[in-house]
Amino acid sequence: MLKDYMGVISLSEDESNIRSLTVHRPIASIPIFARYRVIDFMLSNMKNAGITNVGIFVNSASRSLIDHIGTGKPWDMNRKNDGVFIFNRYLNAAVNSDIKLLKNNLEFLYRSKKNKVIMTSSYMICNIDFEEIAYEHEKSDADVTVVYKKVENGDNMFLNCDTLKIDENGRVLSVGRNLCLTDTANVSMEIYIMNKEFFIDCILRCIQDGGCDTIKQYIFANLKKFDVRAYEYKGYVGCINSVNSYYRVSMDILEYDVMNELLNSSRRIYTKSNDSPPTKYLNGSEIVNSLIANGCIIKGTVKNSIISRGVVIEEGAEVINSIVFPKCVINSNVKLKNVILDKNVEIEMDKVLIGDKNYPVVIEKGSYVGI
Amino acid sequence: MPKKELVAMILAGGQGSRLKNLTRNNAKPAVPFGGKYRIIDFTLSNCANSGIDTVGVLTQYQPLILHTHIGIGSAWDLDRKFGGVTLLPPFEGESGGNWYKGTADAIFQNISFIDYFDPEYVLILSGDHIYKMDYSEMLEYHKEKKADATIAVIEVPLKDASRFGIMNTEENGRIYEFEEKPKKPKSTLASMGIYIFNWQKLKAYLREDEKDPESQRDFGKNIIPKMLNGGLRLYAYKFEGYWKDVGTVDSYWEAHMDLLDEESGMDLNDPYWKIYTADYSYPPQYIGADAVVKNSLIVEGCIIEGEVKNSVLSYGVKVGKNAKVIDSIIMNHTEIEDGAYICRAIIGKGCRVRAGVQVGNCQDIVLVGDNKDIKENTKNE
Repeated sequence: MLKDYMGVISLSEDESNIRSLTVHRPIASIPIFARYRVIDFMLSNMKNAGITNVGIFVNSASRSLIDHIGTGKPWDMNRKNDGVFIFNRYLNAAVNSDIKLLKNNLEFLYRSKKNKVIMTSSYMICNIDFEEIAYEHEKSDADVTVVYKKVENGDNMFLNCDTLKIDENGRVLSVGRNLCLTDTANVSMEIYIMNKEFFIDCILRCIQDGGCDTIKQYIFANLKKFDVRAYEYKGYVGCINSVNSYYRVSMDILEYDVMNELLNSSRRIYTKSNDSPPTKYLNGSEIVNSLIANGCIIKGTVKNSIISRGVVIEEGAEVINSIVFPKCVINSNVKLKNVILDKNVEIEMDKVLIGDKNYPVVIEKGSYVGI
Repeated sequence: MPKKELVAMILAGGQGSRLKNLTRNNAKPAVPFGGKYRIIDFTLSNCANSGIDTVGVLTQYQPLILHTHIGIGSAWDLDRKFGGVTLLPPFEGESGGNWYKGTADAIFQNISFIDYFDPEYVLILSGDHIYKMDYSEMLEYHKEKKADATIAVIEVPLKDASRFGIMNTEENGRIYEFEEKPKKPKSTLASMGIYIFNWQKLKAYLREDEKDPESQRDFGKNIIPKMLNGGLRLYAYKFEGYWKDVGTVDSYWEAHMDLLDEESGMDLNDPYWKIYTADYSYPPQYIGADAVVKNSLIVEGCIIEGEVKNSVLSYGVKVGKNAKVIDSIIMNHTEIEDGAYICRAIIGKGCRVRAGVQVGNCQDIVLVGDNKDIKENTKNE
């Protein structure tokens, strides 16, 4: 258990390619895998490593995130001492910058009794063992350890992610950006471990020196000065930074190995629950290779799809290769293929919506798709 | 000192021996029900949804699972600064300890708990019925009638009436006679075991009854008849809706089939009357490529690769390829391996039904206890 660690989740994430799902919320609270939100993975990773003190720094519309996190109870973070804290943006802060937000809330860091920090983002979906990484970090004596994944589909996934150039001793030499030019790449998972003192010093110097908007930029700009080591993660990583990648990562979960690793591990993923009843399958239902949350009523056909809590699928409706967010109503004889329905969408009977495998149709939250 | 208008007391100490294996190591109110619930969730959720914030739960028989399940009551929003849920097992006093000898005795022994809240009314409930009821409407009725006690009743078919405690009432609802399991019932209004009493009146009768060596310390058998003899104003409150006592294996199974029946009147999906329960973080259910699921209730953590029909599956149940589960209830973390065949069975938690094994013969209901490894065909345990 990482008793001397605190968590910092920085949500200054690039939302420019995933706008249609982030109109009302940050990436961190996009519904995913039928019953979770994106941030559940990092928060649960922290909980499972024994971290009880987490600050979430959010720079965009945070209502949905605050509603989801609440007091932090699902992650055992409703503590008298420590617990989870949410820090909101200031009006004049740029969305992609976290440095001012961190600086303005330095008290959170000062006040904590923990001496080490794990800083992450939310959009890298994984079920990771932080204890092992912390152990390697402490053994290495490095200033910063950054976790990366050696990917083989870098030519069509992980667009715009940081890529690391690493020497034979595991030291990070330079950091670039993945533009999908090569298939193999060392993609940064944006998980950094360092001493709290070092972390605070970076925040202050970053502002004093100028030129950097985020703490990671500051660290990467000083790679010669700091000893920054890379830790290779071998498990599954799903990156949610565009509609296309969201759709593909969601579909990955229907593969047995990915589902087993992410959701059926002994390291559980926790989330807010809504007391939904069991899902009811009626006589006409036909379900193939799908992930389904509680509280649904299903009379139609569902194939290779992900259905969130409280969705109604009427007779004769067909939902194929699609992702349906909570409380949608899909009326009789509707056909959906390669579609993402945001929350509370209703599709009138007999409608047909077909998207492309690479460009799924996204229907915005609360829409009524009628005549 | 603040006071409460009403305190609810849930009788949850019974064994429910007719549920056989299901209550061997567990009190009846804590028996799993409907895939993700336990039986007492219905009563506790009714309290929460009726705006009752002070609840005592009287426990006695095998209380471990029941106590763990209720905890501090946060699942029902009953973790309160003043009030909330309190578990009330029997305790020892200066003059020795006493088990709860009957329903009335359980309340008698906890007079000081109720007095602490100084309530006007006490609502007595039992923790082993499946129903949704707004107790605040019953309280309104109680006040309207200026009653000393109000008893909730439900209309039962005449042929069944002799199995219940029957209330004979005047036209305005006032009870003039109570008959416990009458051979020739005069009415079809059966007591549901739900009572609202004016606390001071009830307290007097409980103290009186405690001195009576003949008494069985039971509300139905002793307190209600004594109140009628004493000329108190007792009224029947007619409840309309789904209500089921799941006291036997057969009725337990039937109640599950009712959940699958759209017409039964028991809708778990009502957003205005949610049934709350303790939450476990399981992943969503996965329905595989060759699975067939018809007319069934399935919850989180299930992985279905075979066929499930007219059945209710609990947390983390696995159904293997070509396995069939028909007209059955499967409790949490039971694994039905490839090609197994389950028909009209209730299978406890943590069981393993080996590949190709048949359980049940589609006629009588077969009950399999918890944590069994079933290697051979089973028709009756």
